[in-house]
Amino acid sequence: MNIHEYQAKALFEKFGVAVPKGTTATTPEAFVTALAALPEGPTMVKSQIHAGGRGKGTFTNGFKGGVKFCKTKADALVMAGNMLGQTLVTAQTGPAGRKVQTIYFTVASDIKKEYYLAILLDRATSRPVIVASTEGGMDIETVAHDTPEKLFKVLVDPAYGLADFQVRELISKLGLAGAEAKNAAKLIRNLYTMFWETDAAMVEVNPLITTPTGEVLALDAKVSFDSNALYRHPAIVALRDLNEEDPKEIEASKYSLSYIALDGNIACLVNGAGLAMSTMDIIQHYGGTPANFLDVGGGASKDQVIAAFKIILGDPNVKGILVNIFGGIMDCNVIATGIVEAVKEVGLKLPLVVRLEGNNVVAGKATLAASGLALVSGDTMADAAQKIVKLVA
Amino acid sequence: MAILITPETKIIVQGITGDFGGRHAKLSLDYGTHVVAGVTPGKGGQFFEYGAHKVPIYNSVADAAKATGATVSVIFVPPPFAADAILECVDAGLELAVAITEGIPIKDMIRVKRAMAGAKTRLVGPNCPGIVTPGTGKDSFGGCRIGIAPGYIHKKGHVGVVSRSGTLTYEAVFQLTSKNIGQTTCVGIGGDPVNGTNHLDVIKLFNADPETHGIILIGEIGGNAEVEAARWIKANCKKPVAGFIAGATAPAGRRMGHAGAIVGGAEDTAAAKIAVFKECGIEVAATPSDMADALLRAAKAKGVTLT
Repeated sequence: MNIHEYQAKALFEKFGVAVPKGTTATTPEAFVTALAALPEGPTMVKSQIHAGGRGKGTFTNGFKGGVKFCKTKADALVMAGNMLGQTLVTAQTGPAGRKVQTIYFTVASDIKKEYYLAILLDRATSRPVIVASTEGGMDIETVAHDTPEKLFKVLVDPAYGLADFQVRELISKLGLAGAEAKNAAKLIRNLYTMFWETDAAMVEVNPLITTPTGEVLALDAKVSFDSNALYRHPAIVALRDLNEEDPKEIEASKYSLSYIALDGNIACLVNGAGLAMSTMDIIQHYGGTPANFLDVGGGASKDQVIAAFKIILGDPNVKGILVNIFGGIMDCNVIATGIVEAVKEVGLKLPLVVRLEGNNVVAGKATLAASGLALVSGDTMADAAQKIVKLVA
Repeated sequence: MAILITPETKIIVQGITGDFGGRHAKLSLDYGTHVVAGVTPGKGGQFFEYGAHKVPIYNSVADAAKATGATVSVIFVPPPFAADAILECVDAGLELAVAITEGIPIKDMIRVKRAMAGAKTRLVGPNCPGIVTPGTGKDSFGGCRIGIAPGYIHKKGHVGVVSRSGTLTYEAVFQLTSKNIGQTTCVGIGGDPVNGTNHLDVIKLFNADPETHGIILIGEIGGNAEVEAARWIKANCKKPVAGFIAGATAPAGRRMGHAGAIVGGAEDTAAAKIAVFKECGIEVAATPSDMADALLRAAKAKGVTLT
């Protein structure tokens, strides 16, 4: 689960990670009150959407830049009016963009130097890893690729926690000394505590900055949480912003369906995540484009199948549907009956190819054939994928 | 020899009185697997009754292992209690714990994995379909089925299958069995980013197993476990290996159902992994329908008989 920058920074403050002072507003009327809480002087105006690349983004009304520096609070007030309620398109949002519903004003810090700091899971060692770099404000993948010697990593032993010598090692590699070193050490320790105690999946600060007076501040904050652990963090669940999620994905989660919208035109409905991914792949292999990832889980009950069809059909780009079910334990005839009832209920007008395999498959195929529905049966995944691609072309 | 489990292996089911655990305990008993004990704290002394089977229930894994001589446990307990259930197996000194549970917090697994360092217990999973060593009876009856895989699609033979995904494994096994190619053991290692046994661990076991003549390695986007396994295969494994990577069409940064199936960088894309497979002499299945055929091609090239 992702949260907004302003929410992440509130968490940072709670855990003693220093950030520039900031306030938010969700209506133009609230701009003045929000800005009144900040001191007079240079102010940042930041559009709050979950996607990255906000600074280089463009609003659909043509206005450029979702993050702006303003010399005065008066300028910030005007600037915020250009952003609130507008749709921001960035490299990560897709062409539809995201509507900006919250503006975050912060004091514009005096930057001495920018750094990079992140904490995430190192899958190879199954330990948290702290990643730091002297190249702040850049795309970290580029830094890792072009100048790996400027990227420093520390693996944390979960049995002991972050050790002091590891913090000193990071500080030294970042070339920090004096007050900067002391403040950075405190920030790194507290950020790790936050990562660990909130079950965060990733915490990224880019840039982390030093100021001429020796302060060390998190200028940006990107935080995501392990969704498996949300049950023990109700306060974090409350930060979820449904405006940032695809309505179809929200609807799917109500039926324990795992759905991800893509931009193709062949929808798929599959049981199991691995099979669902490879169904998308095989559609593409035969020249089609998948419209979604949809895992109905191991069971695939009738209600789930109906809900799944409704969600799929809610995507106007969909021109055909491929159902791929491997009924290992589940009786294929039960699944076939569910598909027939679902199709009758939703009144399908698009080409539909169904590939059923597994337990009691003969009866399942007979049920599909006897349904009177205009569906096409596929024998293997390859056969089914080729058929739907041809029907949609 | 199969790997990890044989038809004689005695197993414990943790969470046998729950719907999920109970249902699959019954299916394993139907398959002829020696389910010798159940564990549900507070229900020790009761029995799990199914047909002619009367499986004793114990309060702890240690009690169950001591009373029955079981060496393996399968875990069906809900996510908040699953980490504890795994550690209980370690404490009882079991050889193998297979965690089926989906949705265990990553932090719990980080701690479990650290706590298991140096322990004799091997963990498979979590969030996995389990392990099947097929038997010699009709529809492979008489084998050892641990977890949630459909037993009947298997056939006893000489191919080892290792995968992160459930239904994709069934797809591969079904293709093999349809072509009359049997399996030694099929291992689902699970779709979570932090798991016990990884692809490489299983590949090493298959490589050392004289009964296994060929291997299907099924992976997906995210992490570098498949790459690590492929490089080891190139250096050490003489057996024919076919590989498939799911998620070529997955958008970066999105979790594709499995918690671990996410493209974080250029190296964990399907394309990057497939390139490494090819470079390491693994026969790549062009589509998921091609997995058994890919292994046949690899076997033919090496002059190995799979049946």
